[in-house]
Amino acid sequence: MNRTIVLIKDTAGTGDATREAHAQWVKKLRDAGLDGTVQAVRAADLGIYNAGMAVKILPEGPCYVNVRSEDIDRIIETTLKQGTVIEELTRHTVVEQVRIVLRNCGKVDPENIDDYLGVGGYQGLSRCLFDLTPEQVIEEVKASGLRGRGGAGYPCWLKWSLARKAFGDEKYIVCNADEGDPGAYMDRSVLEGDPYAIIEGMTIIAYAVGAKKGMFYIRAEYPLAIKRIQLAIDKAYGVGLLGEKILGSEFSFDCEIRLGAGAFVCGEETALIASIEGRRGTPRPRPPYPSDYGLWGKPTVINNVETMANVSYLLLNGPGDFARMGTEKSKGTKVFALTGGVRNSGLVEIPMGTTLRSIVEGLGGGSADGKPIKAIQTGGPSGGMIPAEHFDTPVSYEHLQALGSIMGSGGMIALTENDCMVDIAKFYLGFCVDESCGKCSPCRIGGFQMLLLLEKIADGKGSQEDITSIRRLAVAMQKASLCGLGQSAPNPVLSTLQYFMKEIEEHVVEKKCRAGKCTSLLQYVINPQACKRCRLCVVNCPVNAITGDRQVGYTVGQNVCIKCGKCYEVCKFEAVDRR
Amino acid sequence: MVRATINGITVTVPEGTSILDAARKVQIRIPTLCKHPDLPATAACGICIVKIAGSNKMLRSCCTPLEQDMAVTTHDPEIVDIRRSVIELILSRHPNECLTCGRNQNCELQRLAADFGIRAESFASSVPDLPSDSSTGAIVLEPRKCISCGRCIDVCQRMQNVWALSMLERGIDTRMSPAGDIQLAESPCVHCGQCSAHCPVGAIIEHDETGIVWEQLRDKNRYCIVQIAPAVRVALGEAFGFESGALVTGKLYAALRRMGFKAVFDTNFGADVTIVEEATEFVKRFTTAPETLPLITSCCPAWVDFMEKFYPDMVSHFSSCKSPHQIVGVLAKTYFARKRRIDQASMFMVSIMPCTAKKHEVKRSKEMFASGVQDIDVSITTRELARMIKQAGIDFKNLPDEEPDHMLGEYSGAGTIFGVTGGVMEAALRTAYDYITGGKLKNVDFENVRGLSGVKEGTVQVNEHSVKVAVAHGLSNVESVLAEVRQARAEGRETPFHFIEVMACPGGCVGGGGQPYGITDETRRLRGEGLYLDDREKPIRYSHENPSVKALYAEFLKDPGGKQSHKLLHTTYKPIPEYKR
Repeated sequence: MNRTIVLIKDTAGTGDATREAHAQWVKKLRDAGLDGTVQAVRAADLGIYNAGMAVKILPEGPCYVNVRSEDIDRIIETTLKQGTVIEELTRHTVVEQVRIVLRNCGKVDPENIDDYLGVGGYQGLSRCLFDLTPEQVIEEVKASGLRGRGGAGYPCWLKWSLARKAFGDEKYIVCNADEGDPGAYMDRSVLEGDPYAIIEGMTIIAYAVGAKKGMFYIRAEYPLAIKRIQLAIDKAYGVGLLGEKILGSEFSFDCEIRLGAGAFVCGEETALIASIEGRRGTPRPRPPYPSDYGLWGKPTVINNVETMANVSYLLLNGPGDFARMGTEKSKGTKVFALTGGVRNSGLVEIPMGTTLRSIVEGLGGGSADGKPIKAIQTGGPSGGMIPAEHFDTPVSYEHLQALGSIMGSGGMIALTENDCMVDIAKFYLGFCVDESCGKCSPCRIGGFQMLLLLEKIADGKGSQEDITSIRRLAVAMQKASLCGLGQSAPNPVLSTLQYFMKEIEEHVVEKKCRAGKCTSLLQYVINPQACKRCRLCVVNCPVNAITGDRQVGYTVGQNVCIKCGKCYEVCKFEAVDRR
Repeated sequence: MVRATINGITVTVPEGTSILDAARKVQIRIPTLCKHPDLPATAACGICIVKIAGSNKMLRSCCTPLEQDMAVTTHDPEIVDIRRSVIELILSRHPNECLTCGRNQNCELQRLAADFGIRAESFASSVPDLPSDSSTGAIVLEPRKCISCGRCIDVCQRMQNVWALSMLERGIDTRMSPAGDIQLAESPCVHCGQCSAHCPVGAIIEHDETGIVWEQLRDKNRYCIVQIAPAVRVALGEAFGFESGALVTGKLYAALRRMGFKAVFDTNFGADVTIVEEATEFVKRFTTAPETLPLITSCCPAWVDFMEKFYPDMVSHFSSCKSPHQIVGVLAKTYFARKRRIDQASMFMVSIMPCTAKKHEVKRSKEMFASGVQDIDVSITTRELARMIKQAGIDFKNLPDEEPDHMLGEYSGAGTIFGVTGGVMEAALRTAYDYITGGKLKNVDFENVRGLSGVKEGTVQVNEHSVKVAVAHGLSNVESVLAEVRQARAEGRETPFHFIEVMACPGGCVGGGGQPYGITDETRRLRGEGLYLDDREKPIRYSHENPSVKALYAEFLKDPGGKQSHKLLHTTYKPIPEYKR
């Protein structure tokens, strides 16, 4: 087969139309006499959303979106036969993605090791085992400037060399696949799409560190990822890429999967270790760091999925290109799960240093509904809101931190005028309150109390003193919490206070929510001039809050109204005002 | 050694010393609610935070080792303010029930709130609605009051290796509970009460039975008898302004008489009887049936419970002899009752113990009813007795010393050291040596079984025999000793020990779960020294030479280990499941 047509289902719909489309493609390719050279396959998810059925032509062909069955002939004729790109079906992005982590996703069959070997897979490991000493491997990664992609951005080479120097023969490598940020699925996509790249990366780290045993810590909510990693492990064992004397070298490495039960805090290194060991997943004080005292008390390196996928790339291609990309302290690329109020949401991989604006406007296609994007949330529940005036900031660990946010694992949400900042802050804080392990009191109770105060503000019962209390709690949580979860949980709230104080004050002083998200502050009022007395609202109101008759007109009883907005939705004459 | 400064004061401490401990060396107290000297730092409360020059973070001093040239600040306006915030947060989840709480005036959170001068509730109070658990009749869990410091769980899991308690749920719903969310009585709990001794607040307390005792004391038709355990006499004073370890035996007898007890006995007498029985049992096994060795002591009820649950294969090695207070109980209701012609049914026996497990022991099996009725009616802890003495309006500190009542009150030096780890072993060796050799020991002090190290081993030369002994205290220390025994048994080798003493609580009964609050190794040491002093000052230091014991055997029991003894003074053990559900 020379070319492959990948059909990607429309994520907006509930059904999967790729089954029928696939049959059509197969038939039409045969009719066109191309069935010997072009194959059609179905894929689950390549990170293209809200764009109908997407069709990707590999290798390196165009990617068409919103493809309907009547377009098939045209694509076969124009693109496959004549080699011309059909402009109107192409998804236009201004900014170029650079795919390192996602390099093979969608290109290789993740269940076929030969596919991975065919794109240069395991050549990096082979180079390590036969041409490089462990120290040289660490040196190469040091030269690349790779920092951990889990969130904090700790330099990989440093973590590895600490573990390498740590005392003892028994050492462990753990792949942190406990991705848990709301809306984030970068790691899942790589686990599902390119499992061998991660296993190879892990094996290289093991060689560099001197570990003989590796663990995948994958959350149980990722069944396909678990299946594919397990399959990949089995196949790698089968061809001598795992186990005793890998590729005939003196290096041996074993690898297995441990499932996480989906606690966010188990992404924290020491809690993750506790979870693997079968204990309650709570962090412990550091030092000692896992590089000295980790899994079962042995030196342990924990890297996340994206980091490991980078490692296998680096050792194949050398550090040069990678190190040339990015800012002074942040090198290479970063994968983001771009979502929110943008036109094109999905996974994007961009070189470090790309501005937020080019991601949101260039790749995201700007606001979906035309309302201006007022903020970008990065870093998930540990990150912050970055307002529009800072959209030209380049994406890097240090730049985002300077703005009160963090890189995090790669969540990126565009917030428009439709979003209420109090509501968003409440959402993120609520996530951390739910996910707090409950061990240390500043996080356990501080987050809970802060959430109560935010809810008070959203309910229109807040005061200036509550804002003062929130600031005081934030300091206590940041300074006195044991682990990163509690220390960073106030970040979304603090950055909202920093950049969107006006919106908060509207809630507190004017008792108004401009986005209409804080339902307690809303009022639904029937405009007597516009009302045609059709009674549709009366019939639809679930709590019988609307009273009156055809003569005097209808009014919403504010004491009874539960602000569900049903009257507002059903009114055909725009006679219900939402204030 | 590392040298650093704390608040500008130079301090030199061994490597690995925490900042919290190092600060104490230079008279700086960093507040904490979760760190206890007995336990590793869990870093839960977040109050002991300090600043270190060069870092913009605040670190927990409990778990951060002092490093060379570190410059630590423990108190500044920002740190104190954050500590205050954290204390206020903890208070927002804690009921405002100080006046009716078992820890009123003795609560670490209350003290901290007072020190910080907290005068208002800054945050909305939200106390969880959780039921209390008094299913064991020994320990009461009040999870509403729990501040989730994790001490009890570390005590239960690490110190005692029982694993009855755990944390359930997460986030704001995190709560201390028996693992699996069952009742404590259905859990592996052995009632040692160390959780209650380490809880900083009133979330785990002893089951209070003072009301029953007062009721009986006020009943004119009741003949109330009391006995006090060895370790009570060196700890009760702490509740009345004495130093730890101060011997207040005489005042204790006096106070009990004033409270209305008609006979005041001493558990130490029972200890002497225990030794006579147990030494007899040991000599018999040692000389005639060495394959039944080791003999393992059984006077600690928490240990008995632990063995029945976790080491059922050791049942045959247990001394069948009852614990001293049960012996005094049964003898009071038989020997004493008959001799004084007191109606057994009118008798009410109270034992004052340093222990919560004794509350469970009094009903643990049918042998505890050997007199025909329940031998010990109620067992109360040292803490409960301290409250009763205060309620009775007794000026304890200035009481004149009194003597115990005759028949079951006199004791030897060997009896009194039952209350400290190694004491039972030492007392038994004194008598056993005498029984085997027929001649007196030159030196009655067995120094190598004394002290606070977790497992103590030694060899005693008795004629041509080497008697190998081991002493363990704190249930987590038992494992290694019994593992050696098991391994030798599996390999068909001779047992590594002939005699093993186990006390569930670290330090033995002096560190019992029912003792006055504030247990540390220092209090254990001082209380232990108090008992060794009591021993040294006794004219008689062998249990079998106690004249009252001799009279007991002559008049009532006849032979040690005889038929009557077995009926009244011995018990049985059986494996019991760890979980009752």
